Amino acid sequence: MRANRTLEIGTGLFVLLGFAALLFLTTQLPANGVKFAGAKAGYHLNAEFDNIGDLKVGSPVTMAGVRVGEVAGIRFDSKDYKAVVSLRIDPQYKQIPEDSFASIETQGLLGGKYIGISPGGVDSYLKDGGRIDQTQSAIVLESLINKFFANYSSKGGGDTQSQPADKQTKVESKK
Amino acid sequence: MSNGGGNGFILEGVRRLGAVALFLVRLLGECVPALGRPRLLVPQIYNAGARSLIIIMLSGLFVGMVLGLQGYDLLQRFGSVDALGTAVALGLLKELAPVVTALLFAGRAGTALTSEIGLMRATDQLTAMEIMAVDPLRYVAAPRFLGGVLAMPLLTAIFSVVGLYGAQLIGVQLLGVDKGAFWSQMQGSVGLRNVTEGVVKSVVFGIACSLIAVHEGYNAAPTAEGVALATTRTVVASSVITLLLDYVLTAAFL
Amino acid sequence: MVVDVRGVHYAVGGRPIFAGVDVQVRRGRITAIMGPSGTGKTTLLKLITAQIAADRGEVRVCGQDLAALSRSEIYVLRKRMGMLFQNGALLTDLDVFENVAFPVREHTDLPEALIHKLVLTKLQAVGLRGAAALMPGELSGGMARRVALARAIVLDPEMLIYDEPFVGLDPISLGVIMRLIKHTNEALGITSIVVSHDVRELATIADDSYLLSGGRVAAAGPPAQLRASDSAAVRQFMTGSEDGPVAFHYPAPDYAAQLFAADES
Repeated sequence: MRANRTLEIGTGLFVLLGFAALLFLTTQLPANGVKFAGAKAGYHLNAEFDNIGDLKVGSPVTMAGVRVGEVAGIRFDSKDYKAVVSLRIDPQYKQIPEDSFASIETQGLLGGKYIGISPGGVDSYLKDGGRIDQTQSAIVLESLINKFFANYSSKGGGDTQSQPADKQTKVESKK
Repeated sequence: MSNGGGNGFILEGVRRLGAVALFLVRLLGECVPALGRPRLLVPQIYNAGARSLIIIMLSGLFVGMVLGLQGYDLLQRFGSVDALGTAVALGLLKELAPVVTALLFAGRAGTALTSEIGLMRATDQLTAMEIMAVDPLRYVAAPRFLGGVLAMPLLTAIFSVVGLYGAQLIGVQLLGVDKGAFWSQMQGSVGLRNVTEGVVKSVVFGIACSLIAVHEGYNAAPTAEGVALATTRTVVASSVITLLLDYVLTAAFL
Repeated sequence: MVVDVRGVHYAVGGRPIFAGVDVQVRRGRITAIMGPSGTGKTTLLKLITAQIAADRGEVRVCGQDLAALSRSEIYVLRKRMGMLFQNGALLTDLDVFENVAFPVREHTDLPEALIHKLVLTKLQAVGLRGAAALMPGELSGGMARRVALARAIVLDPEMLIYDEPFVGLDPISLGVIMRLIKHTNEALGITSIVVSHDVRELATIADDSYLLSGGRVAAAGPPAQLRASDSAAVRQFMTGSEDGPVAFHYPAPDYAAQLFAADES
């Protein structure tokens, strides 16, 4: 029972340290972790995609390769069968033209999905709640392979077989 | 030991398992009163936790650094070094932190527990307590068991954090991975579920290792040799059980 | 009668230790349990303190049949007795004061001031009040046993059990312990059981004695009576002669044959 105070202080420090570490891990690390009060600043835009691949909430949104925000929410619209993605853009990036183009890209070879915004040309800019009309869905590897074989076997192209409704999107695969 | 060769061996193993399970039940019953006695509990949290801090932090640092190195080496073959943060965080949180912490805990705190209790058994202190109508399970075993169970998740969390720091020390400072990418990728792909997995594992490992340590000490033969044997058994059993439970829990979380 | 052991049989792993033992410990007296090493003296103590249960026969303490008691009832009974172990068995992480205070703190809610007085009184009775701040590791064997005695009497038990209290003590400590046992028994008006094989020491303090041999009671009665016994086993023990019913030679084959066995090759 001697050295009682040192022991108690030591234990207290240890417990504090442990809880601080736990707190850090559960709040700072995960994208959908327990967040401290106060949502991040910025404004929201919407975009609809035929296929979002494995885009996640929290996936980054970039312009010219620079991160400008992240995916805030993903939901499914059962009327036109599309994925509606809500993007949160940092407040300082106020000048995204209304005719900009949002596509779902892949990081590196194995990386996760992210949204890249290519700016359009008009002078009016998207505001909070605005919608990016032109979108490009994620490239799904399987359908790419299917298409390759379909083209190869039917000798002369033509987009047959089961492809996720790529019809309404603009150009084909970018790569 | 007992009857015919293989049969007796298995029977003995089953018997031991049953004995440990019964011990756990009795122990758990004594844990509730033990919680109400901070004077007994606090020194045990100190022994199990604070005293293991140095070795846990050192090990966490080095494991994190190795992860940073190995991860970088592997990922750069695929041009995905930006994913280093993700790789390190997931590896640490889900597997390395709980398992390595448990093994280190068994080696440092577990052996200390076993030999301390074993020595008390050998010098008749536990028997003296029984005669004085004080249940040694309540006074000696339960606080030590609880101390271990409470300390383990905290130690594991500290291991993870220090490991992350070590990894970013190597990855970002030394090897030039983009700092923003390192952290944001990690934040993007680590879910609360992964953190939870690590915490659950550490709690389960804590219960297993503390139980084994206390049980071995309590039932050690009251000689110097008996205590030494019990101590080695603690380390071996804790290690094997931890790895086994790790598989079970990993599968359960997938 | 404080302790009543009747017809007790007990075996460990097939090896019989007791084959019908009868021991009666009378109130207010010092009863000695003697016998050669390995006859089960400590086992008898374990039976009396309900650490183990007899295979056959009955053990009654303070009128209660131990076999019929539940675990918590046994604990209640144990609070009425104190036991002194061979090596003191002090708790090594507490100092002398805390060791003596241990039963009080665990079993009562007495205020700190009262505990302080109680502990110091008991330590004074064994002559170690000045050692209150020492750790068990700093005590000599004799001192450790005296502290253990103080701890055993701190809750004023009705019965005290001493397990080999004289082993390994120098003559001075020996005399001290003997006087303490006698004095404690008289001053507190309690019943004492002393297990030992120190015949000379026991003869001076014991009122009744039992000699255990071969799993049974070989002799019973006041020490003087045992001395004058005409049983060969008893006489051998009391006088300490090397050969008698307990043989000097461990069973071995023929001496000459074994010595010259190598020559015949």
